Amino acid sequence: MTATTDPAQGEARADERPLQVRTPPRSRRHTLGRVGAYVAATLLALWVLVPLVLITFVTFVPRERVRDFPKTWWPQEWSADTFLFFWNSAGVRPALWNSIVIALMTVLMAMAIGAPAGYALARFTFRGANAYRITVLSTRAFPIVILSIPLAVTFLIWGIADTRLAVALMHTALALPFVVLITSSIFLSVSKDLEEAAQTLGCTPFQAFLRVSLPLTLPGLTAAAIFTFVLSWNEVFAASILTLRNPTLPALVLDALTVSPLPFQFAAGFFLMAPSLIFLFLIRKYLLGLWGRVER
Amino acid sequence: MTHLSTSAPPGVRRWRGLAAALAGALLLAACGGGSTADLEPDELAGEADADEDADEGDGDATAGAGGDLDLTLLSTQLRPVEEAEAVRNVVLADFPGTVEFIGEDDGPFVDRILAEAEAGSGSVDVIGALHGDFGTFAAEDVLMDLSDLLEELSADREFPDSLVELTRFGTDAVYYIPWVQATYAMVASTEAIEYLPDGADLQALTYDELLEWARVLEEETGAPQFGLPAGEDGLLHRFFQGFLYPAFTGGLNTTFTSDAAVEGWSWLQDVWEHTNPQSTTYGFMQEPLLSGEVMVAWDHTARLIGALEERPDDFVAFPSPVGPEGLAFMPVVGGLGIPATSPDPEGARQLIEYLTRPDVAALTLRETAFFPGTGDELPDDLEGGVGALAEVVAAQQDSPDALPSLLPIGLGDQGGAYNKVFQDSFRAIILQGSDPAGVLESEAANLQSVLDAAGAACWEPDPDTGDVCQVG
Amino acid sequence: MAATDTPDRTRRLGHLGLAPYVLLLPSLVFLAVFFARPMVDAFTLAFEDPSGGFGLEPIRQMMADSRFGEALRTTLILLVAIVPVQFVLAMSMALVINAKLKGQSVWLYIYAIPLAVSELAAGIIWLSIFTQRGWLNSWLIQTGLLEQPFDFLGYQNRGWLIAAIVLAEAWRATSIIMIILVAGLQSIPSDYLEAAEIYGANLWKRIRYVILPMLRPSLQVALILRTVLALQVFAIVIALAGASMTVLSAEAYKWQVTYRGPNVAAAYAGLILLLSSSAAALFLWLLPASPRSGRGALNRAARPEPEREEVSR
Repeated sequence: MTATTDPAQGEARADERPLQVRTPPRSRRHTLGRVGAYVAATLLALWVLVPLVLITFVTFVPRERVRDFPKTWWPQEWSADTFLFFWNSAGVRPALWNSIVIALMTVLMAMAIGAPAGYALARFTFRGANAYRITVLSTRAFPIVILSIPLAVTFLIWGIADTRLAVALMHTALALPFVVLITSSIFLSVSKDLEEAAQTLGCTPFQAFLRVSLPLTLPGLTAAAIFTFVLSWNEVFAASILTLRNPTLPALVLDALTVSPLPFQFAAGFFLMAPSLIFLFLIRKYLLGLWGRVER
Repeated sequence: MTHLSTSAPPGVRRWRGLAAALAGALLLAACGGGSTADLEPDELAGEADADEDADEGDGDATAGAGGDLDLTLLSTQLRPVEEAEAVRNVVLADFPGTVEFIGEDDGPFVDRILAEAEAGSGSVDVIGALHGDFGTFAAEDVLMDLSDLLEELSADREFPDSLVELTRFGTDAVYYIPWVQATYAMVASTEAIEYLPDGADLQALTYDELLEWARVLEEETGAPQFGLPAGEDGLLHRFFQGFLYPAFTGGLNTTFTSDAAVEGWSWLQDVWEHTNPQSTTYGFMQEPLLSGEVMVAWDHTARLIGALEERPDDFVAFPSPVGPEGLAFMPVVGGLGIPATSPDPEGARQLIEYLTRPDVAALTLRETAFFPGTGDELPDDLEGGVGALAEVVAAQQDSPDALPSLLPIGLGDQGGAYNKVFQDSFRAIILQGSDPAGVLESEAANLQSVLDAAGAACWEPDPDTGDVCQVG
Repeated sequence: MAATDTPDRTRRLGHLGLAPYVLLLPSLVFLAVFFARPMVDAFTLAFEDPSGGFGLEPIRQMMADSRFGEALRTTLILLVAIVPVQFVLAMSMALVINAKLKGQSVWLYIYAIPLAVSELAAGIIWLSIFTQRGWLNSWLIQTGLLEQPFDFLGYQNRGWLIAAIVLAEAWRATSIIMIILVAGLQSIPSDYLEAAEIYGANLWKRIRYVILPMLRPSLQVALILRTVLALQVFAIVIALAGASMTVLSAEAYKWQVTYRGPNVAAAYAGLILLLSSSAAALFLWLLPASPRSGRGALNRAARPEPEREEVSR
């Protein structure tokens, strides 16, 4: 119905230029508001970025410089020494690959199982809906340390111990509540009337979902998939218990962390963080997909 | 009225691309493919195993006749990254076969071995662990008897009788082969040596002189310079069990609440005044030593070696202090065992034979600062940190006041709970400033219930009565 | 449109009566196998007498433990400190994103970064800042504010220790809330906000009367999520505080893994579960997903339907 005239059209909007509608002229107060917004944006960005820069500074210096004190504002000499030691440690690269594969498997399973449930919660009135909600929530509240041990035996009996599948199953169980709750919230944001309208136009309920709700909620669903990926990527405890020859990266690092020198710890911290930058960069367009304005 | 935009919102088309990519990646992964271009050949072998593991349980031995061995060695020892690297790349280099060396935390380690035994199939060929863990496994009967292997090995290497006795756990069987030894020692920066109290001999420092030294250091430098590994993963509980208690009381469990014990705790209260309070975050004393946060520290040899190796001119190692009852110290014995569920017991025996060879043991010592489990002669060309620590180990063992105290024995899975009693006593007495006598009185009950639960007899330095150890 | 149960509508839902259950089934089966069963195992543990029967011994043991009080206190303090800080931060970020500034994709990307940083990594990153010879002390000494490095993470400086943990956790976990709120803001029709602006509502009023009410479903999800997860803060505490401080989840972990007391570990787990579920139920009740519902919110929460008046006349 309406659209903003934004001089800075995000690239995501570039391929879709809806009807322009004149917005009211901007007042002086409004301009001040814009300046304030930029200041706030910058401060918040520094809050996020500075710690990342600091861990980078202590990772890319020669190993003997890591412990210097007081540290200079800026590294006096750069070196990949510390980082390379970590990168070349046995098992790091296979563990990285394991982490990625397990996270992707988790995303697929959790979305396939969780999103329909989220949809049901959002769209239907039925007995037990709330009980289901609370059940799902409480699963998230159960410390995984207690679940991991009985499950380790279960997986051994099933013959999938120490496989990626075992970890992915556990991670899916952990991610499900996330996915269910977030997808239900996303489906709620799209009016049910639209689907009903489509049904009156001759769509089956499934077609109505496919052609109306799904496109409108895809950005949100992408966000849910991202959370799932991240949850799996970052999960340490279950991964440590359930893997042996195929640890995930966090499991590998956790195991070595408390018994390793400071330079290694910092490099590991940097290394666990770095893929997240890359990963987010790869999907930055899909983060922008969150920007697809849902018009009603 | 509402209006439905018919063009797909931005991002949708791309999202479809992503979905396709996801599915593609998953299919690839599921088929065991994936991008293997940048992997080393041996890693590829590992990848292949990973897929075979999926149908593990058929128990098919991977070692074909005359084929390369492919073994898994799961160890609670030599876990620190640099040690593990050394084991993989140097110590195991000449072994005829592939060995996957995996370090694992004590708790998950015991869980895994017991879970594999329960499931009746396993993936671990050889386990490396401390004497205490083997006690748990011996009690659960999940290990193979290695008597014949020990016999074979004894032909050309010498296992001390005292150690062999330990491996039997009071049975006829041999549950593990002694592999490595370590101990605890002290390290100080050369700068701190200048402040040593008059007349104190670094090689035979008393507890009182150490206290005085810590006091002077703080006075002179303006900051507390003594450090203890009191962090989450620190080994401070061993300081109580193997050093402070025996040195002050001549016992451990049987003298837990004695006046001499209160004396020892008072000494710690005094020295804590001059101890860096960040000690409660230290797990690895070489780090604060290297960063200059502390100048004098006590810890496990493997957790001090880094400082001596990295800056040999700046640090010296010396024996633990001498108390009223003698120079108490704690030798740590690690062994190698074979789980009953080992996929390749024959290969496992070959690996144990290899790891206990004198030349490989010397290599292990050079690389990791773990001393051999055999009584064989140490090479005399040791240098740097290893040499310094080897001298300390020898000095502690050969001291006329030597009072060796073993790691707790027979506690089974109660080891952590046992340590907790000492950690909690430390928190109450030192961190919260409670009266030592009162705390020890109430913790004694916890200590007794741990010993009862484990059914553990007393161990050195307490006299063994053959019955469950009684807290005194 | 207000939902009214017309006969027509009832009939349509009638033949869909089974649909929700079919949609829920896979997730229920999954949770039964991977949660319910191990959970039952765990709960029998929490109420297991040493003799093997039913008893309260593990609970007694947990409460008698010298660290129990401290762990519970610290957990609650952290919870009360972390959640509000995160919400203010996340709301600011979401509003900044929603303000359609130049380079908004870059802002969003930056704010989302910690989303993918693990608790473990965040702990290490903030350790490099707060440790005695870390960044913070370096700056304080370089600028002449301090003579000697201050021990932020020592057991004797509980306030600083808690502040460090709160900062680290807020830094790490705010992005998740931000994303949820941004997704929620997306669903607020812009004509609402524009109308409010035209009629002269200032920023605070727009937040108070338009944004927050419309964001209710997202806020509810985010609040529950954060509270539940804040109760499980674990790796960050271990990384930053070491043995100086303990929380419930760390105790549960230690009892399970280190002290080998699965019964007491299960008791701790049960306590965390109890706290989490109470908090979740509270939010469901206090913050019903649909506006205009007071009591009976729980029933409404099951079928939240944004009821909107027609604005575009």
